[in-house]
Amino acid sequence: MSTHHHHEQDFLFKYIFSTDHKMISKQFLITGFIMGFIGMIMSTLFRLQLGWPGESFWIVDKLLGSWAENGVMAPDKYLALVTMHGTIMVFFLLTAGLSGTFSNLLIPLQIGARDMASGFLNMLSYWFFFVSSVIMLISLGVEGGAASAGWTIYPPLSALPQAIPGSGLGMTLWLISMAIFIISSLLGSLNYVVTILNLRTKGMTMTRMPLTVWAFLFTALIGIVSFPVLLSAAILLIFDRSFGTSFYLSDIFIGGQVLEYSGGSPILFEHLFWFLGHPEVYIVLLPSLGITSEIISTMSRKPIFGYRAMIGSMLAIAFLSTIVWGHHMFVTGMNPFLGAVFTFTTLLIAIPSAVKVFNYLTTLWKGNIKFSPATLFSIGLVSTFISGGLTGLILGDSALDINVHDTYFVVGHFHIVMGLSAVFGMFAGVYHWFPKLFGRMMDNKIGSIHFWITIVCSYGVFFPMHFLGLAGVPRRYYTNSEFPLFENLIDINVVISTFAIVIAFGQLLFLYNFLYSALRGPKAPQNPWDSNSLEWTTPVEHIHGNWPGEIPEVHRWPYDYSKVDESGEFVGGNDFIPQTTPLFQNEKNEKH
Amino acid sequence: MSSSVSLDKNSAWEGNNKSPFNAGYGKLMMWFFLVSDALTFTGFLASYGFYRHYYGSMWPTAENVFTHFPFMHGNHPLLFVALMTFILIMSSVTMVLAVEAGHRMDKKGVTIWMLLTIVGGAIFLSSQAWEWSHFIHGSELGAIELGKGTFTMPDGSVEMTKGVIARWADDSKQTLLLPWKDAGQYISVTGDNMKELLANGKEVFGANLTRNEYGHPLFADFFFFITGFHGTHVLSGVVLNIIIFFNVIMGTYQKRGHYEMVEKVGLYWHFVDLVWVFVFTFFYLI
Repeated sequence: MSTHHHHEQDFLFKYIFSTDHKMISKQFLITGFIMGFIGMIMSTLFRLQLGWPGESFWIVDKLLGSWAENGVMAPDKYLALVTMHGTIMVFFLLTAGLSGTFSNLLIPLQIGARDMASGFLNMLSYWFFFVSSVIMLISLGVEGGAASAGWTIYPPLSALPQAIPGSGLGMTLWLISMAIFIISSLLGSLNYVVTILNLRTKGMTMTRMPLTVWAFLFTALIGIVSFPVLLSAAILLIFDRSFGTSFYLSDIFIGGQVLEYSGGSPILFEHLFWFLGHPEVYIVLLPSLGITSEIISTMSRKPIFGYRAMIGSMLAIAFLSTIVWGHHMFVTGMNPFLGAVFTFTTLLIAIPSAVKVFNYLTTLWKGNIKFSPATLFSIGLVSTFISGGLTGLILGDSALDINVHDTYFVVGHFHIVMGLSAVFGMFAGVYHWFPKLFGRMMDNKIGSIHFWITIVCSYGVFFPMHFLGLAGVPRRYYTNSEFPLFENLIDINVVISTFAIVIAFGQLLFLYNFLYSALRGPKAPQNPWDSNSLEWTTPVEHIHGNWPGEIPEVHRWPYDYSKVDESGEFVGGNDFIPQTTPLFQNEKNEKH
Repeated sequence: MSSSVSLDKNSAWEGNNKSPFNAGYGKLMMWFFLVSDALTFTGFLASYGFYRHYYGSMWPTAENVFTHFPFMHGNHPLLFVALMTFILIMSSVTMVLAVEAGHRMDKKGVTIWMLLTIVGGAIFLSSQAWEWSHFIHGSELGAIELGKGTFTMPDGSVEMTKGVIARWADDSKQTLLLPWKDAGQYISVTGDNMKELLANGKEVFGANLTRNEYGHPLFADFFFFITGFHGTHVLSGVVLNIIIFFNVIMGTYQKRGHYEMVEKVGLYWHFVDLVWVFVFTFFYLI
């Protein structure tokens, strides 16, 4: 009887309230993916409305019910869907889902630690995230619908509960959910930073850490610095909503009635919000860049080009990200001089970004590239990072930005540079570390098909948006067909929506591959990619504490691929030398 | 040489579970948490500065708002808050002494100094309650919140009067002071002009989140919000200190062999004091 009871407890603490970083990583991954799929379905539904405005769709009717009378989406619900799509994708999939999964999985494994510094706080971090996800989803079902002020929730739409239907309970739940999310993010980030600093194994100096770990370190640090400012902004907003203060509100009329607010300004909210909002872009992006560095080096069997330059450029990006927020606000009546300063700091980011891109390309150059799905998605990331980054130069320049501000040009830009890049990095990470997560291999063929569908359709969706934007089509509009000016652009919207539908179905391939492989895939070998880093020295079956015996000692950096001696033979006989291999006799004189 | 582990600059970053800052993970986490919390306060104080700068002379001066001292009559600008600040800073000193006693494994010393720190925090919190209630209650004289209309300044420019707070020059209620300045002096209005303003305005007493007899309502918004947010931090600091205090009495840390927990709550307590120094400077002094 007692043993049976003991087993039940085991299940509960092994799978649900686990403090093991590998299990928490899987929890983050699966919750993040569920949120991501919901966000993707939302986008597909409102793409139906944008491509074929006013037409009735069976699927819209079935999925949205009272939000879409006769299968045509209601205008205010369109706004709700756009808002929730942005919120879910940015925060739930690409912040918590991405960082939470890979920081948790890889930090202890790659630096040689038994677990995170505090397993308990790590568990709390996941459960706060879970609760905040649930609240965010519940807000879809409340009266008036979900928050509809855009993912940036500018006041007064977000500050006056009576402004639009989505400003009511939906907005309140949005704020509560985000407050809990910020706690989760803070607990996670504290753990990541402290684990990296304190728990490295013997020989694992800071400059022998894989670039993934560096990326997670900077991501966590940016999170620690920028999320609290969003918390400030959100708390002031809650006071404006509920306690009658005027932090963001000035004299305002609703339905002919004067409200009792005076003296505040919504511009203040924008400053506070974007002080988080811009670093958030790099919170989303940096983990993917780190994952890509690792995969590109491993899969092209070459040492990463410019290891220290990669760290330096990530440091520069992390620092610059905190002093560029004004470029989201060029049209708020900002002093042109200040605009010029923000333009300058923004364009500076092009330098470290270019360093990273060139380092990826030079690492791939003349490499013995193994085209796994992870490699493909990593190269896809490099592609989107370039093509999205180039339009970033246009938007970062105040003189040019003002012309395309709040148009589809912006939508195209940030979806490519931040959305696609981060998602590609996440896919690459899942394909690459799937053997470590589930002990089984994913199917490479389906993975490759998934990649080609995804990249072709991604560009098919987001590239034409630049033309819409240049023609002046504003973002967040329920329909563009009502305006004679945009009548001849409707075909572009049809093209975009068609690609969007195809890409949504394409993800089913991934879903199938993921689920089938997790349950029935072939068993993974110890080190499937002949990789150097420490995580592949752990047993395939997860054990608590990661290594059965002593934690291995590290003797070299993780990028000794295809290293040859004077006679042209591989050092050590293989084209890779794991970090745990002591220096060979002929290596002793080199600097490590 | 001290018996504690000394920080070797060369080997500190080499891994092998050595902390580069010679601090356990809990202490490091506390440091990074404080960085994060500091930025939350930065957000609030920057917002405060934004409006304060924007409203210039319309913004109330703290010397004219916080002039009372318990059980004393007369005008004592900022005296009470100076005392509060002194008490809070002294509680930081006692916290330092508690940490120092912990290093010597002196249980009795830690107990006494922790207790004094808790008392200091409690006095600060009750003082703040008094300060709040006084601010909410307001002065006996009150002030006039002007109604819709315009006022022509001596230099010919026109200002809107809606919501503007005019204060009485003295107890006789014969002169109103408008918040705009002319040659360094507040513009004063008497006679029929004053009666016109009075007829169009209404009396206000004290401050809350929508009204403030001392001037712009945002001053009250920020006062309640920022000192309240800080007060919440002090309160949680006192609660943490009490928990640790009982652990000290129970001998938990004596058995553990070190008083690092006292150091951790000490870090938090110093941070809360440091934030108050900034709040005090921005709200009361500048």
